[in-house]
Amino acid sequence: MIFEHLPALEVAVPLVAAPVTLLLRRAAAAWAVTVAACVFSFVAALLLAAAVAAQGPISYALGSWPPPWGIEYRVDALSAFVLVLVSGMATAVALFAWRSAAAELPREQLYLFYTMYCLCVAGLLGMTITGDAFNLFVFMEIASLSSYVLIALGRDRRALLASYQYLILGTIGATFYVIGVGMLYLATGTLNIADLAARLPQVADTRPVLAALAFVTVGVSLKLALFPLHLWLPNAYAYAPSAVTAFLAATATKVSVYVLLRFYFTVFGARLVVEELPVEEVLLVLSLVAIATASLVALWQADLKRLFAYSSVAQIGYITLGISMASHAGLTAAVAHLFNHGITKGAIFLLLGGVALRTGRVGFDRVRGLGQAMPLTSLGIVIAGLSLIGIPGTAGFISKWYLVLGAIEAGRWWLAAFIVATSLIAVAYVWRFVEAAYLAPAGAGTPERGEAPRPMLVTAWILVGACIWFGFDTSFSAEGARRAATLMLGGAP
Amino acid sequence: MSGGPLIAAALLVPAVGAALIAAAGRWPNLREAATLGTAALLFAVVLALLPRVLAGEAPALEAIEMLPGLSIGFRLEPLGMLFALVASGLWIVNSVYSIGYMRGNDEPHQTRFYVCFALALAATMGVAMAANVLTLFLCYELLTLVTWPLVTHHGDDAAKSGGRVYLGVLLGSSIAFLLPAMIATWAAAGTLEFSPGGILGGAGLSPAATAGLLALYMFGIGKAALMPVHRWLPAAMVAPTPVSALLHAVAVVKAGVFTVVKVIVYVFGVDELAALGSADWLPVVAGFTILAASIVALRSDNLKRRLAYSTVSQLSYVVLAAALLVPLSIAAAALHIAAHAVAKITLFFAAGAIYTAAGKTEVSQLDGIGRRMPWTMAAFALGALSLIGIPPAAGFLSKWMMFQGAASAGHWPVLAVLSLSTLLNAAYFLPIVHAAFLRPPREGDAPHGEAPLPMVAALTFTAAATLVFPFFAGIPLALAGALGGLAP
Repeated sequence: MIFEHLPALEVAVPLVAAPVTLLLRRAAAAWAVTVAACVFSFVAALLLAAAVAAQGPISYALGSWPPPWGIEYRVDALSAFVLVLVSGMATAVALFAWRSAAAELPREQLYLFYTMYCLCVAGLLGMTITGDAFNLFVFMEIASLSSYVLIALGRDRRALLASYQYLILGTIGATFYVIGVGMLYLATGTLNIADLAARLPQVADTRPVLAALAFVTVGVSLKLALFPLHLWLPNAYAYAPSAVTAFLAATATKVSVYVLLRFYFTVFGARLVVEELPVEEVLLVLSLVAIATASLVALWQADLKRLFAYSSVAQIGYITLGISMASHAGLTAAVAHLFNHGITKGAIFLLLGGVALRTGRVGFDRVRGLGQAMPLTSLGIVIAGLSLIGIPGTAGFISKWYLVLGAIEAGRWWLAAFIVATSLIAVAYVWRFVEAAYLAPAGAGTPERGEAPRPMLVTAWILVGACIWFGFDTSFSAEGARRAATLMLGGAP
Repeated sequence: MSGGPLIAAALLVPAVGAALIAAAGRWPNLREAATLGTAALLFAVVLALLPRVLAGEAPALEAIEMLPGLSIGFRLEPLGMLFALVASGLWIVNSVYSIGYMRGNDEPHQTRFYVCFALALAATMGVAMAANVLTLFLCYELLTLVTWPLVTHHGDDAAKSGGRVYLGVLLGSSIAFLLPAMIATWAAAGTLEFSPGGILGGAGLSPAATAGLLALYMFGIGKAALMPVHRWLPAAMVAPTPVSALLHAVAVVKAGVFTVVKVIVYVFGVDELAALGSADWLPVVAGFTILAASIVALRSDNLKRRLAYSTVSQLSYVVLAAALLVPLSIAAAALHIAAHAVAKITLFFAAGAIYTAAGKTEVSQLDGIGRRMPWTMAAFALGALSLIGIPPAAGFLSKWMMFQGAASAGHWPVLAVLSLSTLLNAAYFLPIVHAAFLRPPREGDAPHGEAPLPMVAALTFTAAATLVFPFFAGIPLALAGALGGLAP
């Protein structure tokens, strides 16, 4: 039945949609196919998540070649959770792109945009669902190559440079990753993740395995923009088309975090990573520096997209901080923040896309008096900003809660104080927007009164609503994160 | 109706009212009718809850479970009842006053004003009825956010800089201190539900840790305006006077001291705190705030600023009384929440009436104004006497209990602070009354009469309430007594 093949279809549908959009060539048709593919993946992801919650992990043998010989697709509590986030955000951004991409891209390139978008979605979903370390590399390349193109489509010529930067660093990251996987293959003779996990303990302390861990860590950290490997991110986010920024910010780095979690807690195992090596300490220090410096740098940006790009680097720091605690609360915080930050940043970048459409770009000089000119957009940014800070009643609070709880449980009061203090920096940079939008008089760059086109505004506000919804109803976000954390610490893949 | 639905009604009535007010924005008379109707309905709902609470019930409404063991829920106990009663009752009077003030001064954005006001009341009801620290915190933050457009109402530079301080101090203190305090409480006690006797008893925190946690709460609750987190209160005086009257003399500041009392009684536990001695530093800070704020009030020529600092000082009376940790002083704290509310709203009403009728804002301009505005200034005099604590006005009762509580606990320095501050109260209020009635009017003042009728009616009503309060003090006393664990 079709349900049996859902894990394959989850990836195959957007993957097939990509050449279809290329053949259709008409922007409207390409858009319709893209949306249909994304909606299909989203529904499939929800069904898979429900199935996993009900009856445990699903293993799917691609082409009926049983693992570890064939490629296995594996959906468990952690990957199902990330699949829902990626496919959900893909759907929202696809809906948003109808007007946004049409306004920002040349007409004749529009169908190519959708082709690349479908490829990128397929790549990210594939990275999440696959249970094979080399197959993961293939999907990582699909997602990366398509995202280089997507970023380069930005109107500003600097997008080309940003894309090039990302290409260089992204390729180095992917190379490091594949070198690490190669070493693991040498040491164990398998590429299947579950099989790797089973075989690694026998060779755990050998030098190639430790080197593999280092290579994978650095490679994936480049892709997830862990400080100080984040240098590609601000430019890529700032100059990419609005829809692309929103999609990448909400999903691409999150999937890389997922890969890191997968390798640390499934492949290498908490024992090796946490107890024997100082990964925890290194990650902790890097996270702290990421949070503090990126938040402070965000404070001084003149462009809102860059501001929130640096804020993303800081927020990724919170996620890796949760990972570095390696406790149940810490991992719950990390996974929950993956989701909560994804929807929050998605909402902010979609709203900024609306602003960019009306003003050309999103410098602070263009948003003066925006509260009057675009009241719903401004309010949305403020609400999503509150979620970014972690005010109770918003999604961001839930992950902050677990993060501070994790710090207190570990007896690290200074860490709890640090988290709170850096949240105050977030208050400051969100406040800069409030100051400009509500307290400054309208300037020369301020648009006439009027909102972004309705489809854009509605999609963005659905995400803003999600920021509030998931602040109260945590039966999916926190519950799913808790289950994922249990899975990771329990050792059972 | 049973308790739960009534609580839901108390939260929803002002929220729905806000929507109706917004919908009726184009027809001012309809809009004001919606405000008054909502206020009256809310008061009726709160009154319907009163007999249950007096009978010792605790009506509850469990709403949403956010995380396991952590929920948004509401439960009404005596202190919350008292606060809800005061805030909802005074909202009616304040609405009448607002109509006179906003129309008399031809203020802009009146629809936004009434909408935010109704939302602020919804948040206040949430604060009053919260069943746990999380719910309280949520409503507390909401109250800050919905009152912000009211503070920056005029939209000029002064309003903006006032709004900046308002939001900065209130939001900053709550995120920096209150939020960690809440999470630490959860980590220590495993629950955030308010319960008689406190929830930290079994947590085994050391006296120093308890003191630290208490400090996080006390300075995190910026709305209680304990120095040095009091700066937002004078800054908020840029708002139109009805906002200062209801929000910054009743709802917002009382939400602050209400939370202080609630946290001391239901989170820490009075006996627990007294046994550990972890609250010993609090009377010192509160006493300092009382005296320092009184001195600033004495030196302020701007009338609203003087009233604002008087509020800062009076709020610390409540904190001081609660910090003494004896039943009588806890009851006094609760009672003072009500007594100060009635008196201070009268004073702000009078200040707004003076501004509307005469355009005067400074104390030094008020010579002889009592002859032109006898009702207003008589009401002002009554409010002032009440705050000084002269019988039979409302403030006397709570002050008397405070003195008694301090004496019974043997806190002699506290007695000294209370006496000294009473003198200071007299020193900054009585010259105004003296100037208004006994000095001749200045040359060159434009002739004017009383403020518009709704305003005068409102302030006369609250002044009368100050006067008759002690004779009808049974209900507040019963509620305050129930809180302090005194026999009724």
